[in-house]
Amino acid sequence: MNDALKKDFEALVGKENVMESEADRFSYAYDAAVLEPVTPALVVRPETREALGKVVKLCNDNALPLTVRGSGTNLSGGTIPSKGGVVVLTNALNKILEINEADLYAIVEPGVITAKFAAEVAARGLFYPPDPGSQAVSTMGGNVAENAGGLRGLKYGVTKDYVMGVDFFDVDGEIVKSGSRTVKCVTGLNLHGLMVASEGTLGVFEKITLKLVPPPLAAKAMMAVFDDVNKACETVAAIIAAKIVPATLEFMDNFTIRTVEDFAHAGLPVEAQALLLIEVDGHPAQVAEEAEKVEAICKKLGAQRIQVAKDANERNKVWEARRAALSALARVSPTTVLEDATVPRSKIPAMMVALEGIAKKYKLTIGTFGHAGDGNLHPTILTDRRNKEEWKRVEEAIDDIFDVALGLGGTLSGEHGIGIAKSKYMEKETSRATILYSRRLKKALDPKGILNPGKIIGE
Amino acid sequence: MSDMRELLKLLGELDDQLVSCMRCGMCQAVCPIYGQTGREADVARGKIALLEGLAHEMVKDPEGVQDKVTRCLLCGSCAANCPSGVKALDIFLKARTILTGYMGLPTVKKLIFRGMLTRPGLFNNLLSFASKFQGLFTTPVNDIIGSSCSKFLEPVLGERHLMLLAKTPLHKDVPSMNTQAGKSGLKVAFFPGCMADKIFPRVGHAVLKVLKHHGVGVFLPEGQACCGIPALSSGDKDSYLKLVRANLAVFKNGQYDALVTPCATCTSTIKKIWPMMAEGMSPAEREAINALAAKTMDVNAFVVDKLGLTPPAPAQGATQVTVHDPCHLKKSLGVSAQPRAVVAMNPKYVVKEMAGCDACCGCGGSFTLTHADMSARIGQQKRDNIKSSGAQVVATGCPACMMQISDMLSRNGDRIAVKHPMELYAESL
Repeated sequence: MNDALKKDFEALVGKENVMESEADRFSYAYDAAVLEPVTPALVVRPETREALGKVVKLCNDNALPLTVRGSGTNLSGGTIPSKGGVVVLTNALNKILEINEADLYAIVEPGVITAKFAAEVAARGLFYPPDPGSQAVSTMGGNVAENAGGLRGLKYGVTKDYVMGVDFFDVDGEIVKSGSRTVKCVTGLNLHGLMVASEGTLGVFEKITLKLVPPPLAAKAMMAVFDDVNKACETVAAIIAAKIVPATLEFMDNFTIRTVEDFAHAGLPVEAQALLLIEVDGHPAQVAEEAEKVEAICKKLGAQRIQVAKDANERNKVWEARRAALSALARVSPTTVLEDATVPRSKIPAMMVALEGIAKKYKLTIGTFGHAGDGNLHPTILTDRRNKEEWKRVEEAIDDIFDVALGLGGTLSGEHGIGIAKSKYMEKETSRATILYSRRLKKALDPKGILNPGKIIGE
Repeated sequence: MSDMRELLKLLGELDDQLVSCMRCGMCQAVCPIYGQTGREADVARGKIALLEGLAHEMVKDPEGVQDKVTRCLLCGSCAANCPSGVKALDIFLKARTILTGYMGLPTVKKLIFRGMLTRPGLFNNLLSFASKFQGLFTTPVNDIIGSSCSKFLEPVLGERHLMLLAKTPLHKDVPSMNTQAGKSGLKVAFFPGCMADKIFPRVGHAVLKVLKHHGVGVFLPEGQACCGIPALSSGDKDSYLKLVRANLAVFKNGQYDALVTPCATCTSTIKKIWPMMAEGMSPAEREAINALAAKTMDVNAFVVDKLGLTPPAPAQGATQVTVHDPCHLKKSLGVSAQPRAVVAMNPKYVVKEMAGCDACCGCGGSFTLTHADMSARIGQQKRDNIKSSGAQVVATGCPACMMQISDMLSRNGDRIAVKHPMELYAESL
């Protein structure tokens, strides 16, 4: 980057918020996806929304690629600046601007941390349900840009179900407003809908309006133990068929159970072939009734044992085991590839059979856990990216996983995004026309192609 | 060593540890430095990526990487919260020795570590000399804390409020001891550590009083050296190894059930870092290190776990004491209940928790000198939490934390005493 341009950025955000040393720039070359790092030319950290808009304009005026980054927890390479250019950090824009208890909405800057936001909302007696695994560090801007999910997706939906409005900068740094503080709003094109899952390719978020809901009054958690994966999968389908929508309905396979037990000593049954971790919530009377029904369904479909949490402590234990799943698996081998191909929930049994076949075919260790209730499993491949021969098998296995998921009427990504990791598969799921339509849209809104170029739809 | 290839080879040996970082970024939630700056190179994930980048020649600037790697309190919050169990502290200490080996040690540090610290006799004499004259350059500012400030030393020390060298260090009052186990049937080796010897001898005396009261025999050999962590965290492995060897030599002559220290950092250094950083030691030395490490305990943990003390109910109108958890006690060793129990052993005191009791105080050893502004910003948060707790006393099991907290409270003009839990218990005996 030439000196004059660097000085222009310094004038906008302050010298201390422009990073140009190699060490600083390299630390923004990666995210949580297992991909090659690419070092940006410059990193800037605006401290005001106004400065953010000016940075966008300066990038566009100079045709500089611009990759917006929150906390860089992306699992699909969406925050890797694959064309170089400027990485723009949002983590200094971390103010909760408003929490409106009467009208059940909140307005936040894009760099607000998800868990901090959820805690602040909870302190006001309200509830923001989306709880992606990275919520302790992820930003609200990133959650919207990726349409992040989480454990509560089945009943409460995902980030998109809570986005009431997004104000964003176009490439000229002008503010585009979309959505409203009201439940109903049909004013203009649904541009905030377009921003959700856009992965920074169509606009740069200035502020976000989010829906809040009242928290459930009661919850009941239980763990059902199965000696057969199929029985567990059929139980998932049967619970949904009985018109019960648990807040959370999570699955763990035998490999994951054993690994978690080795790591966390949570008292899990290591001989079990599958576990379902189930939580129903809502009004106390409804919770009691649904918990009984769920227990009966589990028994009927062959659960060997059902453990219902008697108090908050036992409930916490159930979820600790689930929360430990990724940590435990990650310790087994140097590289952890966390996939999120998703299928219609009735197809979970077929997906599980296919995953077992793929693990065998490519001689790989795959632990599977995840959000069985919404069809979003996380087959987790445990490998070592330094082993080239094995890594090739991993890549082939991933191809197969996507083929199977699409064959079952599913999707490439439930909640991790497309980024650069999955963009080559996009056409398989959609169509050539879909890609071209998306590219024309992008070209019209971003003629110089500065906004996170190469992501989702390639170029 | 100034050969790039040698640097790459040594960094390559860290590869197995580096590769276990899955770049999830969860360390951002707990890193005190990242909390201040929001910069990726300040958090463990960034530092690990930089070391990996350097090892694989994607980053060409070892000096830039070293600069980032030293922006770290070595508090271990990242390692304690890492989902994939990356041993970040081990990595950073090893990386510091490798990078310092390549870049060389700055002259001032060379003078301090090689010329002074590794010669315990000379070190003691120099500081004893200094303690006689320090009053000429400093003015007392806070009688509750016992701090002073110095116009004369401001260019070096900034606006710091200092805890001065004690008039009489512990080793002058108690040069050595070797008493037999009494009614407890237990005997300990006592390692006061530099700060409890030279700045807070009152802590050392309190420990001896408590041990005597409970009939615990004490082996306190002469010629103890620094535990080595200041040298190691600056990457000076030679000095570090000398210090470890000096201590092994004086402690090998005693018979004892445990080695106790009143310093969280010394405890975790002896217990965790000595066995980890034993490359270059002979098999016999390694064996001695492992045996000593296995016996090493925080003194609060010894008193509570080995003597089986249970606190009485607090007296009416007991003074409120808030407890700061040193990183090297809670995060490194999992010791947090015991210091609270030790405070409560004195019925005149009752524990009153503060928000963020286990957040780092910002000291980080020489970090507080090399990165004074950041250290003070992190320290200010700790001070605010202490102040908001409403307690009149703050207790912590680490003299380095005591010094940092004294500085921060004194700068704010707070009249809150800073004590070691053992001091508070000893008052009742």
